[in-house]
Amino acid sequence: MTITRETVKKVAHLARIEIKDDEETQFADELNKIVAWIEQLNEVNTSNVEPLDHAVSYSLRMREDSPESNNHASDILKNAQETVLDFFSVPKVVE
Amino acid sequence: MSKQSELCTLTIASAKEKLLKGEITSVELTEAHLKQMDAQKHLNAFITPTPELALQQAKESDKRYQKNEAKLLDGMPIGVKDLFCTKDTRTTAGSHILENFVPPYESGVTSKLWSNGALMVGKTNMDEFAMGSANITSYFGSVKNPWRKKGSNTPENLVPGGSSGGSAAAVAGNMCLASLGSDTGGSIRQPAAFCGLVGLLPTYGRCSRYGMVAFASSLDQAGPLTKTVEDAALLFQGIAGFDPKDSTSADVPLPNFQKALTGNIKGMRIGIPKEYRLDGMPQRIEKLWQEGIDWLKDAGAEIVDVSLPHTKYALPCYYIIAPAEASSNLARYDGVRFGHRAEGKTLNEMYAKTRGEGFGREVKRRILIGTYVLSSGYYDAYYVKALRIRKLIRDDFMKVYEKVDALLTPSTPNPAFEIGQKMDDPLSMYLNDAFTVTVNLAGLPGLSIPAGFTDDELPLGLQIIGKPFDEGTILNIGSVIEKSSGFLEKARLIRGN
Repeated sequence: MTITRETVKKVAHLARIEIKDDEETQFADELNKIVAWIEQLNEVNTSNVEPLDHAVSYSLRMREDSPESNNHASDILKNAQETVLDFFSVPKVVE
Repeated sequence: MSKQSELCTLTIASAKEKLLKGEITSVELTEAHLKQMDAQKHLNAFITPTPELALQQAKESDKRYQKNEAKLLDGMPIGVKDLFCTKDTRTTAGSHILENFVPPYESGVTSKLWSNGALMVGKTNMDEFAMGSANITSYFGSVKNPWRKKGSNTPENLVPGGSSGGSAAAVAGNMCLASLGSDTGGSIRQPAAFCGLVGLLPTYGRCSRYGMVAFASSLDQAGPLTKTVEDAALLFQGIAGFDPKDSTSADVPLPNFQKALTGNIKGMRIGIPKEYRLDGMPQRIEKLWQEGIDWLKDAGAEIVDVSLPHTKYALPCYYIIAPAEASSNLARYDGVRFGHRAEGKTLNEMYAKTRGEGFGREVKRRILIGTYVLSSGYYDAYYVKALRIRKLIRDDFMKVYEKVDALLTPSTPNPAFEIGQKMDDPLSMYLNDAFTVTVNLAGLPGLSIPAGFTDDELPLGLQIIGKPFDEGTILNIGSVIEKSSGFLEKARLIRGN
């Protein structure tokens, strides 16, 4: 067992997802199966192979730095659950 | 045939002809499809129907026809997968976390669609965040396939495939003339195969990803689901092209895809990759593949046996890369700027509760896998390893493209299955995408074309894989299979329309 309940707990914390105690065991089982399955990639010798993160090569384009009228604060804030003035609001972070 | 079913069984091409001749109006066409949506509500193909918007767009379209100013897709009722942001129409991605999200802007592909005159009948159901192969992970409920097994006297109970299952069911159920889907590992082609439709995954970079809810950014592409190859060419034409708002959008010329459909494939070289012959694949699918080979041979193509040796590693490779990218992309759903928000005493508690409540099981599982393979100590062993295998998979394709113009494979290793099957084991569900994920990993175009039926009369598809930006060729090969297979005529007999 590479993935224990502790691992699941740690990963869930990294991902900021609250999961219930009984889910931890289930996820550990499922993740173990999946990880055991992806281990087959180790059969392949990739020592001289470059990683490919995008199928097409592209470089970021430059554009004119000209003003556009979009992304207005009032439109964007409409989807937020809590706002104060023109800001998003979250639970207090600093005491 | 009643006027209603006559209108709903048109294609984009045939509807356009009738609209141009003034035999029908877009309002009539739209009303017929809206009526069909109501009649087929139990299939759950739509999350948000937009009848008022559709009729308003139809009226404007009729005015353009009267003034002889009709555009490419003018007046065509289209279903839009609910992960394309549509201004002022909620966009959920099939998730509780985006249940009330109303985008303040329009996605790149839908902007093009509307500027080409098309109209939207509604936002179609989908697997949550496009993660699934059966459309059973949607927060808004499962979608049902309009096809039924021969002799079945129960209500519809087959999956439409996924993740674009609502888009496929909507077209197969005659609720819209065509629809938009998205394909990260097979999410257009697999539901197209399960529902007897044509589904095109364009070359990566061909269609804008701007305003498309991201799943795995290096794999996601938008594409059409249609009744015919000609319609696929038309709808694809209407959504493809460069978009400066997407940094991976390809600034390359856009050919006329309808003109590519010559039906002439004489001398073309078609590769048959031996690795797609899976152990335990149903014989009927093997046979269909052979029929496809024979049809292409009869049309003058040369068949070449080829090998793509790293094919068997594509699925595990995909199930590292896609969840890794998803875990990063889905970090934005934090309850702050948009979407569901749970109460929490601290910021971290608010994040964790919001995401715990907002995401479904499959999405959580994939975020956990993705976070795990990216986490310290595992990054090189899993994630970078998968990227190296991805290079080998792409190299396999590029090497065979030195001797062939396209490849022919089955679309899926199995036909549509019953809702509830394959649910206990994620790995057996993932196998649905064995023939399709390779194409996304390599960034190539792929077309699923309905070509035959199982013994109990469920549709089966063949897949044609092309060279980068050579969608014209695979659409043309698809048109040959469409004609030779007689699928459309047989489907009409089976379904009685």
